[in-house]
Parts: sequence; structure tokens; C-alpha cells
Amino acid sequence: MIRALLWILSGLLLGGIVHLSTVLAMPQAAKQDAYSRLSPVTPVNTMVPLPAPTAGQAIMPFMDPAFAAAVCRYDLSNGSIKLTAPVSQAYTSVTFYTRKSVAYYAINDRAAGRRTIELDLMTPVQHADMPEEEDVTAADRLIIESPSTVGLIVLRALAPEPGLMPMARQALAAAKCELQPVDQ
Amino acid sequence: MRLLLGSLVTFLIAAAVGLGATWLTLTRGVAFGSLNVGAWTAWPKSGSVDIDPYARANIARTGELPTGMGDGVAFYARSDDAKNTFDGRCTFVVSGMTPAARYWTITLYDPEGRLVANAIDRHSFTSDEIVRGGNGNFAITVAPLARPGNWLPTGGADKFVLILRLYDTPIGVSTGTTKEGPMPTITRKGCS
Repeated sequence: MIRALLWILSGLLLGGIVHLSTVLAMPQAAKQDAYSRLSPVTPVNTMVPLPAPTAGQAIMPFMDPAFAAAVCRYDLSNGSIKLTAPVSQAYTSVTFYTRKSVAYYAINDRAAGRRTIELDLMTPVQHADMPEEEDVTAADRLIIESPSTVGLIVLRALAPEPGLMPMARQALAAAKCELQPVDQ
Repeated sequence: MRLLLGSLVTFLIAAAVGLGATWLTLTRGVAFGSLNVGAWTAWPKSGSVDIDPYARANIARTGELPTGMGDGVAFYARSDDAKNTFDGRCTFVVSGMTPAARYWTITLYDPEGRLVANAIDRHSFTSDEIVRGGNGNFAITVAPLARPGNWLPTGGADKFVLILRLYDTPIGVSTGTTKEGPMPTITRKGCS
């Protein structure tokens, strides 16, 4: 009897380990995460508008249909990224995601405080390698450090009513995501 | 023989408990640090690097990109205030006020996060579109058949989810506060 209880108890313990390890392994194992869904339609280091979600089709689940969205799938292995995004009339935001969909930084137009959102995205190593005097002049430049070499920048512009959607799309169409090669 | 049988039982229990718990937590959307107001629940930390392992696993599974902290916060509702699960054949009224935010949107999805097909192609309302009463309060009727005023069609879907997204809001940025001000109430008005 005691022996049977011990077997069951060890089964439960082992079950706990199985549970924790499967939860932790899920982000590595997932084949349909946002990055994998977007990869086929987004050339690297280019700002690409996303199709609006419809009832039949959406590139990702739970997209907000009131927003026009554009994505830059970045790869920082050959240099940093300069992001320029004109602000739309209503509301514009930029969110940075790692390869595993973790939103590590987000900013909206008001917090950016200008007509155009300008950001530099680089790895911590590239940031450390920046010449010092450049860092000083960069005081009003917003520098974001990416925890991963690859990831996603998602630009969202709100259309407060459906008629304003073309305007929101237009604002995003002018956004740029440019690779800044390291000059040697 | 007894050893073999015992370890077999152990492994079976381990697999059932372990995988079962993982499946349950991922499909139910378990995550820590939730913000509950009435029928609404938000996980502000899921939009930051402080995201917990359960939310990470869930996001990887569904393929969505969470709303970033600094952009806004998303409140999910799967039932009304009396815990009646949303059913697309029933009528629900979402009414009242929202917390301070520059803009907000309310969107209806099926449980997998897809928009639900309907005759008027209406899936969401923004704070600018909504028709308000004299006191600034609003009421959205979530129903399968056309209603006057703010009608959000359910498309007759079996189950659905409502997401209220607040953009440019102080909510959720200062964590730990549970008094988040007024959230809309949700009440069921009967089923067809």
C-alpha cells in the first residue's frame, strides 16, 4: 500500500517537472509564433504594411482591426537600424518585439514628442562600440537596445473611424526601417 | 515485475498530470500579475520584459503579438459580470465608462482570436465612433440580430471574447494598483 502511494507520489512529482519543462520549452518549440507567421511576407530590414485582419483571414490572431499596421523584421548582425515613422493624425505607436514575441519596448507618438518618431535600434555591443562624441550629439536621439539580434518592429496607426483608414495607411507607408552599415 | 508495473504507473501519472496541467494553463490563459476589474482581466506585464513563462508560452502558441506596455493595455472578458460565459446567441450590454486613455477600442473575437463574420462587417468600435448618452456614458449592445445604437454583432458565434484596449493610458504602468477606476459593466439581457 505504502509502496503504491510512493509510486503515485513520484508520478505526481515527475508530472510537475514535465509541466514546468513543457511550459518553458513552448516558446522554443512553437512553429506558429508571430515571427514565423510574418517571416514569409516580410523581407528583412524593410518596413512592410500588413494586410488588415478580416473575418476570414488574419496574419496573426487578436489584431486590432481599428489599426493600420506595418512590420519591420530586423536583423542587426550587419549593423544597426534607423527607424523613421511620421506620426498619423490620431495615434501612432511603435512596439519592439524579440524573436520570441516579448514586447521589450513600446512608445507612442506623444511620448516621442515630435512629428516624426526617430529611433535607433542596436545590440548592446553596437551601442557600446559607438564613438563617444557621437553619443553626446545623440542626446536627443532615442537609442533602443535590442536583447536579440533578430526581432520585429511593429508600427501601428489608429483609424478612429473606418473612413480614416486610408490616412492611417498613408502615414505608415512613409515609414522607413533602414540598415546602417558599420563603417570601418 | 512489480518494479516495472510501478514505474509504468509513475510515468503514466507524470505524463497525464504534466501535459494535462500544461494544456489547461495554456488554453485557459493562466498568467500571473493579472489586473481584475469586474468581468475584465488584463495582464499588463505581458507587454514587457517582465512577462511570465505562462504568458510567454501562450503567446508562442497562439502566434499573437501582445500590446506593449507604453502603447496600451488590453482587457479581456469571456463572461459577463454574473459569470455567464459569452454566447453569440445571447444579448449582452456593455455600458458605463472607461478609465482615462487617449483612445480605446472594443473588439469581438472568437476564442481563437479571429474576427467573426457578420452582415454589416462590424467587428469593433473605437472611442471616437461610439454614440454616447448625455452624461458621456455609452452602451454597446452585443447581439446576434440588429439593434439600434451601438450594435456589435456576434455573428451567432458559439463563444466569443471581448477585448477592450486602452491606448496611451496610465493604467497598468503603475503596477500594484487595483483601484483602476471605472470599467464598463457587462450584463446579459436574454438569449434567443
